[in-house]
Amino acid sequence: MAELFATALLLDIGSWTLILLGGFFSIVGGIGLIRLPDFYSRLHAAGIADTLGAALIISGMVLQTHGDGVTIRLLLIGSFIFLTSPTSTHALARAALATGMPHWRRSVDDGIDIESANRDDLTASSIGDSPNTSADV
Amino acid sequence: MFTAAVVAILVTMGLALSRALMGPTVFDRILSLNMVGTKTTLLIAALGFLAERPEFLDIAIVYALINFIGSIAVLKFIKYRDLSASGDVQNGRA
Repeated sequence: MAELFATALLLDIGSWTLILLGGFFSIVGGIGLIRLPDFYSRLHAAGIADTLGAALIISGMVLQTHGDGVTIRLLLIGSFIFLTSPTSTHALARAALATGMPHWRRSVDDGIDIESANRDDLTASSIGDSPNTSADV
Repeated sequence: MFTAAVVAILVTMGLALSRALMGPTVFDRILSLNMVGTKTTLLIAALGFLAERPEFLDIAIVYALINFIGSIAVLKFIKYRDLSASGDVQNGRA
């Protein structure tokens, strides 16, 4: 009996920790969404809130279930958010780059030119090396 | 415990909504709406735990599916102005 109580207490502590951490990251992501200077950096804030915050909160909830259908549903929701949220963030970033959305004035050039993003062949070759750094110039 | 989760989710949704209202470009608004959708999924799940009605989780699953399809559809509409576009950018209309 005492062991059962101890286990429940441990699970409660774990749930509290995970949910509070998840809430913290989620609120930090929200603040970042307000405060960061341009669209591309706001993507980063939204990514934190969408993946880390959501995953931590859902893990906290999973600890409160009893290994039945509820657990499976929660894990399904978690894995689905974990798959789709980065996908739509990537699609957003790509669409914004193809539209020619300007960077923040203090951003560092990463060698991706907007023209090649417009051509719909944004592959590893166009991301990899900028012309200035290639050795055979 | 779930009350704390609900409060944190609601605060985040408020912040994201204010960015969606301020957002200088349409992409900022889509980003914020996507985040609000994710948080709504979590909110439905947490409310299901608060009300002790686990069937809320099914609604949360459906909401997550619709949210993803919806944001991709809005993105495609903005890019091509046409939801039935083939996506062939080189030969076409983008």
